[in-house]
Amino acid sequence: MSLHIHRPHGHTVAQTLLALLCALLAMLFTFSLAGCNRVADAAPSSDHTAVPVRVPNDEIVGQEVAVLTEAPNVPPAITRTHATRVIVNLDVIEKTMRLADGVDYTMWTFGGSMPGRFIRVREGDQVELHLKNDKHSTMPHNIDLHAVTGPGGGAKSSLTIPGGESVFTFAALNPGLYVYHCATAPVPMHIANGMYGMILVEPKAGLPKVDREFYVMQSEFYTHGKFGEKGLQTLDMEKGIDERPTYVVFNGAVGSLTGDKALQAKVGERVRLFVGNGGPNLVSSFHVIGEVFDNVYTEGGTVASQHNVQTTLVPAGGSAVVEFGVEKPGDLILVDHSIFRAFNKGALGMLHVSGDDNAKVFASLKGLGGTH
Amino acid sequence: MRSLRLAALILLAAAQQASASGRLVARPVRLARRTASHAAQHMVMLPAGRYRPLYAPPGAERVAVAAFALDREPVTAGAFLAFVERHPEWRRDRVRRVFADARYLADWPAATDAGALGAQRRPVTQVSWFAARAYCASLGKRLPTVDEWEYAAAASERATDATADAAFRSRLLALYAGLGRQTAAAAFVNVYGVRAMHGVVWEWTLDFNSVVLDDDSRATGSGADARDRHLYCASAALGATDPSDYPAFLRHAVRAGLGARSSTSTVGFRCAADMVIS
Repeated sequence: MSLHIHRPHGHTVAQTLLALLCALLAMLFTFSLAGCNRVADAAPSSDHTAVPVRVPNDEIVGQEVAVLTEAPNVPPAITRTHATRVIVNLDVIEKTMRLADGVDYTMWTFGGSMPGRFIRVREGDQVELHLKNDKHSTMPHNIDLHAVTGPGGGAKSSLTIPGGESVFTFAALNPGLYVYHCATAPVPMHIANGMYGMILVEPKAGLPKVDREFYVMQSEFYTHGKFGEKGLQTLDMEKGIDERPTYVVFNGAVGSLTGDKALQAKVGERVRLFVGNGGPNLVSSFHVIGEVFDNVYTEGGTVASQHNVQTTLVPAGGSAVVEFGVEKPGDLILVDHSIFRAFNKGALGMLHVSGDDNAKVFASLKGLGGTH
Repeated sequence: MRSLRLAALILLAAAQQASASGRLVARPVRLARRTASHAAQHMVMLPAGRYRPLYAPPGAERVAVAAFALDREPVTAGAFLAFVERHPEWRRDRVRRVFADARYLADWPAATDAGALGAQRRPVTQVSWFAARAYCASLGKRLPTVDEWEYAAAASERATDATADAAFRSRLLALYAGLGRQTAAAAFVNVYGVRAMHGVVWEWTLDFNSVVLDDDSRATGSGADARDRHLYCASAALGATDPSDYPAFLRHAVRAGLGARSSTSTVGFRCAADMVIS
């Protein structure tokens, strides 16, 4: 460790100084190591580099039934400061729904809408999940929540026949934004038919305050007919295996976030998007045309790990949280920047921003397009 | 012709029953004339053969299936109504709860009235495994094993084993997705003469899960251990003879989700019988 060079003939002044400097550096190095050790020993849960072994030891006070929302809505932020027992009632419903104009698809849904209902709980909560399978369903279904620590993320305890119900409980040990999905064999088919949604486990300290929160989930559909081919479409398994989707969409259908269904915000507001990717195959290059993400919670974790981001990756079976202030009125366009998907397969959404213009942010000076 | 030959040649076994040792033992009995004619009318003879199960036992990709007889069509609501009238202990208001859950025949207007379902050739559903087994036994028959059922179901109109045919698979997936939309009468008849194996109702099998079988059967039967397998997440693909056989995965998942008391609107059954050439 020591950098001392011993010279039997005596030391020059420079050599002595060097030796002292080295000793000082060595001491500093040792101190800093000791410092690290102390932090790691003392507070494993507060240091994100440590690996905690979590024990559910929050006192559970009371009970409540979770408010589940249809996309693009998100349940209200949690205001309580204690852990509770949260009852989640999730119903699996198979129903024929619109995939695009004139195109229908028999979706297998969590909650009767696409994507699955958004669940919001708090870190430390004891969650009691009731999975009911509609009596008119053709298949058994189950649920694997990526937020769950336990066998199959709950899947092993929740295989439910049509007309049946399964119940299991789990501790919301890890905060973050998680995908849930059906994990009944053949899993790719259940996911390809629409069986995914998201659960947010809010950190105990809550999330930074914003003005708008939205739920956006990307996924693919593999149909026998070509893109836009009218009528009731069915799953083309070969296309799925080959990873050649016919549709890539936000919130379960082409156009689910455009026109009068566009997301809405006002100039000066702060927007948070909970972005999920149900897959089953593709990784999304999520981008909002005309904005920059001020904060990105990469892969749905709890640290704003990056600022000033143009495009963020959202893995299949994963998520990201993006936040940005809106400074300019107009339409912001949500896309998967693997751009053929946006242009030809449906991966387009819209956030309409209303309010007063600020020409300093952007102004068109010469050319075809005005800024208004 | 086949029917006449069937009636002339076969003896039907009584329902296979678990003996004290837990092993499945077939107890052949000579048929009464009435049952023989019933068999001729309603059953089809399937020759011995081999098929590839989704999960093959160690060392063999194909499993041997002995010759057996199988009902041409799923048991209808009308036929099941006649059964509960003959055996009132299987009426929904008298059945013991250990043998059927609360939804047993719950879609009927009354305990001995199948309503509009009874008048049509509609397969009976919302029957438990115990009830299906008792029905078959009452006719000197039994439920088919998973191997027998899958062996029969592998056939298309022209081929005895169409399971590797992509078009056949695709067709089955479409049928399953619209389960119940087609009637048994409209469903296709396969090369053996068996109708409506796909897309009308899911069907009970004798060894649909490990709960009702002993270790011996579990080691050899290919459908027996559905519940033991990790039929969730991607691990279901491990050990499967063909991970692309999605229709087979769906059928296995259906079986894995059932308990012997389960009475659901999508599960019916048909009966089988051993054949003994006399």
